[in-house]
Amino acid sequence: MNSRYEVVIGLEVHVQLTTKTKIFCGCSIEFGQSPNSQTCPVCLGLPGALPVLNQQVVEDAIKAGLATNCQIAPHSIFARKNYFYPDLPKGYQISQFELPICEHGWMDIETEELGKKRVGITRIHMEEDAGKLLHNESNSSSVDLNRACTPLLEVVSEPDMRSSEEAIAYLKQLHQIVVYLGICDGNLDEGSFRCDANVSIRPWGQKELGTRAELKNLNSFRFIKQAIEYEVERQIDVIEDGGEVVQETRLFDPDAGVSRSMRSKEEAHDYRYFPDPDLLPLQVSADWVERVRSVLPELPLVKLQRYQDEMDLPAYDAGVLSAERPVAEYFEGLVALYNNPKVCSNWVMGEVLGALKEKNLEIIDCPVSPELLAGVLQRIDDKTISGKIAKTVFEEIWQSGKNADQVIEEKGLKQVSDSGAIEAIVDEVIAANPGPVAEYHAGKEKLMGFFVGQVMKASKGKANPGMANQLLKKKLAG
Amino acid sequence: MKISQKDVEHVARLARLTVAPEELEALTGQMDAILGYVDKLNELDTEGIEAMAHAVPMSNAFREDELKPAIGIERALQNAPVAGDECFTVPKVIE
Repeated sequence: MNSRYEVVIGLEVHVQLTTKTKIFCGCSIEFGQSPNSQTCPVCLGLPGALPVLNQQVVEDAIKAGLATNCQIAPHSIFARKNYFYPDLPKGYQISQFELPICEHGWMDIETEELGKKRVGITRIHMEEDAGKLLHNESNSSSVDLNRACTPLLEVVSEPDMRSSEEAIAYLKQLHQIVVYLGICDGNLDEGSFRCDANVSIRPWGQKELGTRAELKNLNSFRFIKQAIEYEVERQIDVIEDGGEVVQETRLFDPDAGVSRSMRSKEEAHDYRYFPDPDLLPLQVSADWVERVRSVLPELPLVKLQRYQDEMDLPAYDAGVLSAERPVAEYFEGLVALYNNPKVCSNWVMGEVLGALKEKNLEIIDCPVSPELLAGVLQRIDDKTISGKIAKTVFEEIWQSGKNADQVIEEKGLKQVSDSGAIEAIVDEVIAANPGPVAEYHAGKEKLMGFFVGQVMKASKGKANPGMANQLLKKKLAG
Repeated sequence: MKISQKDVEHVARLARLTVAPEELEALTGQMDAILGYVDKLNELDTEGIEAMAHAVPMSNAFREDELKPAIGIERALQNAPVAGDECFTVPKVIE
């Protein structure tokens, strides 16, 4: 980033909720259905149709507000935002303007470049989405109103971010939180989490904000970063050439890596908001807020800290295990059955996530449940199998769905702890390796690892490694 | 006059209304008179009175998050001046 200017970024994120139905009518919000098949008089904006608020949307908004340290307004109202566009059937969008449901929140983010930072959240409000415009080859456009009236939360940050890295850190954390809360599927490709960025620059030390440009159509973290960096360079060029940045909306084109002005939207900024007479004011009681608070899941940052403090896990492990709620739930399920967090962490991060990645599966579809995996770990503890054989057992369980005991029994994987049997193998190994034995006697004690390896190999991994070690030491000394 | 001809032109544009030049003067006068009438309300002392968002003293009308049948594509498009490919057809939109 240019050292002569400070970059100032504020973000507006549209979070599409995972309710079954739309915000003001009972139509489905399922993605990818035939155009206009999920519509009714309310979302088509037909005269006389009355919107009725989906209570789940309010619950979800309260959850998002609590998870981002907002104050939940006891009294909030819906407003009409008036403008004309072909994807907006009523000629206004129902949104919240004055008195949104959540205000004055914050989130702590961290970047390598600038360290820890608290980003203010100005407000979170509920609103309906517009329909979708399909651009044809021909001289017309097509309108699909399935998406019209889909419930959205708009999360507006303070202009607190100072680099594209901070913007991305904020977005990733917000994304993680709404997915954790189960209120958004987080699918960027399908538009479930969309971002507009307000970007301006100012000379270092200047208090007033520079004129900002609003960047739209940012639907991947990579594009957001590109778009912000492009915009910063563009504004620096404008100013250094003696020009002035104009306040405008710009559309980022990821293919070309550039943005262009959307002059068409400029005049529309007079939205003439007023309270929607079709919708009654919303009252959220303190009881309601507390009820929602009591069912909030533990949030990723809290888990991250708890895994380190209470389970003594390294920061890296805690980060991997807490990043996604299903992984955290699998891990915690395992720890509940096998109380050694570090061992559990090693297995989840190693075998479980590795195998899932290889097979391109999600953890909720993992064939080895925490119960089945705990069974394997217990057999290591009671020395029925070695840690190495345990990996074979894990793979067998993955394939067959049988439990550890069944697999160990059927495949004959039980560890050999019979000293007579191991002693015979030890004798064989010593007899077969006169060279290493001589070197060992000459002081190269590191070769013990080699001998143990040979014994394990000869026993197909089933010899108890501790006993093999002991017997080898005794025999080689004698 | 509180309302200028420019204000009327602006509001007309926002509402996508075409106002003939000869109507402009009359409309400006009428809008000014209407606002003047409403302005009478400002004579009331509203100090300490909370702003009202709705005429009915009620709150919280909710519906459960339950699916209701859609009306079907054919009926949805029934009133469209032009439709095609299961969609409303509109003049080309250029961003």
